[in-house]
Amino acid sequence: MSTTNNFKTSAKDAQALLDSEKLTFAQRISRVQALQIVLVLAVIVAVFSIMSPDAFFSAFNLRSMAMNASIFIVLGVGVTFVIITAGIDLSIGSVLIFSSVISAMVMENLGASGWTTALIGLVAALVSGLAWGLINGLLIAKANVPAFIVTLGTMGAALGLSQVITGGIDLYQIPTEMVDTIGFGNIIAEVPNLVVIAAAVCVIGGILLHGTRFGLTTYAIGSNPEACRRVGIKVDRKLIMIYMISGITAGLAGWLSLAFFQQTAIGGNSMTPLTVIAGVVIGGTSLFGGIGTIFGSVIGLLIPVVLQSGFIIIGVESYWQGVVIGIFLIAAVYIDGLRRDRAAKGSGNKPKRRQVGGVDLGSTNKKGTQ
Amino acid sequence: MALLEARGIVRTYGSVIALDGADFDIEAGEITALIGDNGAGKSTLVKVLSGTEVAEDGTVHLDGKLVRFTNPSAAREHGIETVFQDLALCPHLDPVKNLYLGREIKRSGIAGLLGFMNRKTMRDGSVAAFQDLGATVRKLNEPVGNMSGGQKQSVAVARSAAWASKIIFLDEPTAALGVVQTANVLDLVRRVRDKGIGVVFISHSMPEVLEVADTVQVLRRGKRIAHYRSANTSLEELVGAMTGKLDEEME
Repeated sequence: MSTTNNFKTSAKDAQALLDSEKLTFAQRISRVQALQIVLVLAVIVAVFSIMSPDAFFSAFNLRSMAMNASIFIVLGVGVTFVIITAGIDLSIGSVLIFSSVISAMVMENLGASGWTTALIGLVAALVSGLAWGLINGLLIAKANVPAFIVTLGTMGAALGLSQVITGGIDLYQIPTEMVDTIGFGNIIAEVPNLVVIAAAVCVIGGILLHGTRFGLTTYAIGSNPEACRRVGIKVDRKLIMIYMISGITAGLAGWLSLAFFQQTAIGGNSMTPLTVIAGVVIGGTSLFGGIGTIFGSVIGLLIPVVLQSGFIIIGVESYWQGVVIGIFLIAAVYIDGLRRDRAAKGSGNKPKRRQVGGVDLGSTNKKGTQ
Repeated sequence: MALLEARGIVRTYGSVIALDGADFDIEAGEITALIGDNGAGKSTLVKVLSGTEVAEDGTVHLDGKLVRFTNPSAAREHGIETVFQDLALCPHLDPVKNLYLGREIKRSGIAGLLGFMNRKTMRDGSVAAFQDLGATVRKLNEPVGNMSGGQKQSVAVARSAAWASKIIFLDEPTAALGVVQTANVLDLVRRVRDKGIGVVFISHSMPEVLEVADTVQVLRRGKRIAHYRSANTSLEELVGAMTGKLDEEME
């Protein structure tokens, strides 16, 4: 009974309603939230290429920028899912470290050579990431602890455990096949394998998010979880799965980082979660849920990488990258807030309370109710 | 025989008795107004009959068969839908996605197993649903959050009407609307009724109740104290029943 629609297509003027859906190509493009940020990236690239065309567009620089961005982008795909549900995952950097530690130990025990070892190491990294995602998801969905607090807790716990296991000393024994192929190899011409893997993760994540029922439910939960519960969607279970997606991308990033840096990077990821979350938010994914694209996240994550490389090339201290990204992040959230206020005013609705990862940020409307 | 017959429904919250042996009847193809003062138990009764709350005592017969709903899905499977006061729409999603929320149609074959949806069928179904009720939805690809209150209400009512085969509960559907939008929603409610569905309508506006309802049932202190054909009653009588003035006059 609940699977059939009571109505049959009858009215001819239904066509008018269908036509309202048809947009010109230009309209479609302008609707992409990430468009502004593509322009920002284009301007940044243009500035650097004018100031130093040869160095910036050299194959070496393009290649190293793409490789630097790859691990962030893999992390960003999982984080995009989480943030669309109005959640947050601060634990990704520590989960990356934990997964790389477990993976490195497993591979070391297997002799640290050969493809079989590397692939078992990959499985170990993915399982470690999934486990942390499951813990995050269970605590957030079932125990109702705010995501901000849960993932802040697991951020500390996963890093702490990594240090306990290793005694704080990085592990170096990585199969050379893995380093040569995954970390530094190319499949086609000068396109690094690391970039190919990141692109594959984006494509899979993009299809899952934008094409499937699971993706639609992700947006719906971020938009109105209560409405989802009322129509019988198992919100808790979906949330757990979404945090597990973020966990598994962090696990994969851990394995990729082993291949790229040829060691675990226990001390080297303290800024990783903030960089990734900033990139995803700059790319148009709303911290307040319901809005976001994988494409936007990729663009948002390219900006810090391009800035860093560009600053080095034109001889500005690369520390400025942090300053510029900070400004972009605040601007992105400010614009998102404006957009929401405008939408709320247009429809005569009371603005909803702003919550990020379960932490209340106050009303969207400073003047109170309208 | 009534489509739905509730007898002696009891529901308490701690020491508060929300429903104290309430009766209720719904006929197919009729609009039943459920009225009562604040705290009379209207919302609790609707929650019990739509599966959101479970009654402690009493019976519900649907089509002559004894039923017991322990969750909203159970009620929905019996063709009972509810439009809540807060509408329960996802503001970032378009009307099509809202209409099919939780009931998305999958593609056939492997694509369906992988979770891909049949967007065309869903879009055509939505167009039919909105057209059928004359709902004032103008764009299918605009987020519902950008629409006016009346349009949102239309989407919510059309969603329930599309899936309900027997009964729709509407909890104060016009409370937040202007004059024109209210008239549109009331039209919508009539069209749902004309499809043969039993419509239950909670409202505080007596003129609206008299205008649109076929029967009026009055709750006071958790009991049904009056059941009128709306053609045979008046504003004064309804207000009197709600406030208890009627009883005093009788005594």
